[in-house]
Amino acid sequence: MTEAIDLLFNTSLWAAVLRIATPLIFGVLGALLCERAGVLNLGIEGIMTMGAMTGWLAVYLGLPLWLGLVVAASSGAVMGLLHATLTVPLGLSQHVSGLGITLFASALAAYLYRLIVEVGDLPPTIEPFRPIDVPFLSDIPILGPVLFGQAAPTYVALAAVIVVAYMLARTPVGLAIRMTGENPHAVEAQGLNPIRIRIGAVVAGSALMAVGGSFLTMAAFDSFFPGMVQGRGWICIALVVFASWRPGKALLGALLFAFFDAYQLRLQTVVDGVPYQLFLMAPYVLSILALIFVARRAEVPASLMVPYRRGER
Amino acid sequence: MTKVLELRGITKRFGALTANDDISLELQPGEILALLGENGAGKTTLMNILFGHYAADEGSVHVFGQKLPPGVPRKAIEAGVGMVHQHFTLAGNLSVLENVMLGSEPLRRIKSARAEARAKLLKIAERFGLPIDPEAKISALSVGERQRVEILKALYRDARILILDEPTAVLARPEAQRLFETLRDMTKEGLSLIFISHKLREVMTADRVAVLRGGKLVAERNTADTSPAELAELMVGRKVERPTRADHRTGAPVMSAVGVSIKRGEETRLDDVNFTVHEGEILGIVGVSGNGQAALGALLSGLVQPSSGELRLRGADASALGPRGMIRAGVGRVPEDRHAEGVVGELSVWENAVLERLKTPQFSKNGFVRQRESREYAERLIERFDIRGASADTRARLLSGGNMQKLILGRVLSNEPSFVLANQPTRGLDEGAIASVHTELLAAREKGAAILLISEELEEAVALSDRIQAIVKGRLSAPIEAKDANPQRLGLMMAGAWDEDAHAT
Amino acid sequence: MRLERRTHTPLYIVVLAPLIAVLAALILAAGLIVAAGVNPLTAYGEMLRGALGSRLSITEMLTRATPLIFTGLAAAVAFRAKLWNIGGEGQFFMGALVTAWIGHSLGVPGWLGVPMLLLASMAAGAALLAGPAFLRLRFGVDEVVTTLLLNFIVLLFVGLMIEGPLRDPLAFGWPSSVPVDNAFRLPDLVPRTRLHIGFIFAVIAAATVWLVLSRTVFGAETRAAGLNADAAAFAGISLPRTIMGVALLSGALAGLAGSVEVMGVTAGVTTTMSPGFGYAGIVVAMLAALHPAGVVAAAIFVATVFVGADAMSRATGVPSFIADVIVALCLLTMIVALLFTTYRVRR
Repeated sequence: MTEAIDLLFNTSLWAAVLRIATPLIFGVLGALLCERAGVLNLGIEGIMTMGAMTGWLAVYLGLPLWLGLVVAASSGAVMGLLHATLTVPLGLSQHVSGLGITLFASALAAYLYRLIVEVGDLPPTIEPFRPIDVPFLSDIPILGPVLFGQAAPTYVALAAVIVVAYMLARTPVGLAIRMTGENPHAVEAQGLNPIRIRIGAVVAGSALMAVGGSFLTMAAFDSFFPGMVQGRGWICIALVVFASWRPGKALLGALLFAFFDAYQLRLQTVVDGVPYQLFLMAPYVLSILALIFVARRAEVPASLMVPYRRGER
Repeated sequence: MTKVLELRGITKRFGALTANDDISLELQPGEILALLGENGAGKTTLMNILFGHYAADEGSVHVFGQKLPPGVPRKAIEAGVGMVHQHFTLAGNLSVLENVMLGSEPLRRIKSARAEARAKLLKIAERFGLPIDPEAKISALSVGERQRVEILKALYRDARILILDEPTAVLARPEAQRLFETLRDMTKEGLSLIFISHKLREVMTADRVAVLRGGKLVAERNTADTSPAELAELMVGRKVERPTRADHRTGAPVMSAVGVSIKRGEETRLDDVNFTVHEGEILGIVGVSGNGQAALGALLSGLVQPSSGELRLRGADASALGPRGMIRAGVGRVPEDRHAEGVVGELSVWENAVLERLKTPQFSKNGFVRQRESREYAERLIERFDIRGASADTRARLLSGGNMQKLILGRVLSNEPSFVLANQPTRGLDEGAIASVHTELLAAREKGAAILLISEELEEAVALSDRIQAIVKGRLSAPIEAKDANPQRLGLMMAGAWDEDAHAT
Repeated sequence: MRLERRTHTPLYIVVLAPLIAVLAALILAAGLIVAAGVNPLTAYGEMLRGALGSRLSITEMLTRATPLIFTGLAAAVAFRAKLWNIGGEGQFFMGALVTAWIGHSLGVPGWLGVPMLLLASMAAGAALLAGPAFLRLRFGVDEVVTTLLLNFIVLLFVGLMIEGPLRDPLAFGWPSSVPVDNAFRLPDLVPRTRLHIGFIFAVIAAATVWLVLSRTVFGAETRAAGLNADAAAFAGISLPRTIMGVALLSGALAGLAGSVEVMGVTAGVTTTMSPGFGYAGIVVAMLAALHPAGVVAAAIFVATVFVGADAMSRATGVPSFIADVIVALCLLTMIVALLFTTYRVRR
């Protein structure tokens, strides 16, 4: 028991929390952006897989890491555009289209990977983002390594939270996105095009999701294999609800979730006689519990999943 | 004077339906033009074309001499056209200021200029006498205040021409009068106005009236040179006689509410409501939309239970029957919104006809639907209630509004109900369909059914009802006899001024 | 250009829609096959040959189609009522696990045991979906996320069981559960092939589901609730009861898929026994436009792609993931095609 508590004072635990949270932060921000504009994007699981593959592949083929992120984002944007085209102007079921995107993007990523990369006994690797050592700051005890010893994309993720939060709250584009999620007819009546706004939000959100996926292959790990996203996308969808569609709370949710994930990983090593699968289940069970906990209180965007067709009332 | 607006030869088709047929109209500066027509005459379609929501199939719109590109609301706004929609285009979760500001700034701007926008909004509100709190959430505003926000939205964008679609549909009479005074003041500020209405009394406050019928512009009159009677005839085209109620004795009480309140969270939707409907009686509930009619309808449909008080059907407690229990107990229900609650559009006419009574032995056996019996039943309904353009296998959504309503009425009345809830039974119907709905309701009354009629149309309520109660903010007035009802008295009742002593008894 | 609702959909459009969707998906996937340096016609030819070229390959394909019919029906029933059951994969595994678990040591004759095991798997699948359905009805929790997350939980649970209490001590390599008793192995439909009478069960299930949906009061209520929940509730149909009923039926069908696969093919449960039967079931249901008869045809098509792609991959070197790509593309093209059965383009 004391060992379990000792773990909480372990610096590496807290460093791991930020690391584990990073793909979730990107993913949940992306999903949030789509949903604030009124589009549920269940393509997230596949889009993250796609980003994980394309970002890694770009680096494997010789591009610098940063350009790998750009490639990942672009691949996500393409998938997002596909989802947006099907659900916004065509008004198809966001559920079915999103699942279709997930199946398609996951399969396509696996196919292209097999096609382009020679896989031997061990999957090929790249040189990933390494933790940065911010001079002096990272020497601060405990806080230093946690806050100033992360890989670069982690800082990008934290910055993205601020950017998205500011954008939604303070800019005309953000107002337009929020209004589109609440009442697209109001947007149209004010002379803006809700269809374009929705497409834009889904494309941008999907790019963020893909960047989140790419963190898995370009920082947390150094190779790609099919199925490696492991439901993180679905967890992001749950986290958006948990966060009541607010970027700040989304960050909090991702950190909380990552904490439990990091903690259960370490707990496995000190607790005997409990099958490891029970620990691995914890994140998924937790997500479901979180959904029950916030259900009914959540402020859903009023037009989420309501297709908008011009001239049809 | 030069005209501020000109519609030239506008034609718009939806499938086989021609909603607007070669319509040309002009608007002079400082003028108030009323667009009069029955439901379905094409008024809203025409205004939606003017504002750019729809693109016309033929014809063009000219504002201040400039041709507008079709189908682009932004261009209409920039040219100085503002529209106040009947179904407000507001986001309830956002503030007044946010609703007003949207679309007024370039999207590329990195920071919204909130302070400036707020100042400008307050200035306009002051100038036009439309006070508002910019930080209030829309969901916290009353219907009248929301309409004010809709108008302010247009004025904020410097509208010179204002279009109002059925602006009084949601207002009580005093509010409506105030609105028209405000509109008249606006013309002094140089605005020109078009408002859509199907109410004769209202259109007489305009300078000029354009009458639409069946998608065609049939007449234009200066209000000074015409009368409501002439306009009525122009609007309807043919003389349709609505049936009249014959006096007869009413019987025993059938449905009554005793101190019923319905609360949802903080909100009180019905507040200590009392009424009794007798055999062979129509009780009219009049009121401005949004005053608790929906809750009353849900209560009598069995969808909502009273938080306190009791609903009695022939003396027995009917509070907790639920929809199926109500139907079993002989309650017939005509819902407020045909499309949303009345029918399942993608199912066939026969499936909709039996939907309420699927589990009765007449229509099912051992859990299987008796398809032949059900179809025959639907065919009988089609014939008996004159449902046109339908066979038993037609999908219900293909029916016109009037025929869909006849299907619902048929499903309810063929059951010989002892009590009927008729919630806005003629909303959105043309005169012909209204007359047949009235005929059926009166026939059911003749046969001894107790009917509770919820209506926003005073004329309808007075014509059909034996007694009338007004609903205001979830409260019901004491009943008055129909013969004592006149527009003034009803208007006062609907504005909430009724004798509280009478209410207590 | 805009979309306009059709007042009438000619039958030929209903029939053509899935065929056009499949064709479009195959054309799109052809681009990927070209990228692999293979002539798409050659590749598709190999696929057809691999799935339908011999008696053995046809039986193999039908063996693969069997669980897909069940999971396809599960999705079709649920989607009809707008209950988004994406948990077919988890329900499949639950059905499989329960079957192996009980069927390993159930001391009754086969004619009694097989129906018992089928019922047990139905109960397991139904119970698994009842949870998310309850959460939606009681708390308003979106069932998409809960059923998806349950898939991961169930898979971990299966892993736990087959590495622990249900471990087959005789299995080598990957862990496997104990096998069902030989008395409960489903007889072969075609001798000396893997095709078992489970395929017949699946076809019977499709016919039953069709009967239930189109002829019973429950089916009518399900369709009404899915098409217009408010109108259904107004007409006195209990939405909670209908949704729960649909959930139980859908979960039971997906559970059957796992049970039949265990009794018919694998005998024991492994975590790799499903190449995504649950997820593919969603594609099958959509390709069938949620029609039970269409589900059988669509399952056979999807099985053809999967079985054929394996053979094609061996012959041409195109990665077999192309099958997943084709199936996913079919889902996307099909929903577009379905749109045009209810809408048409004007100008």
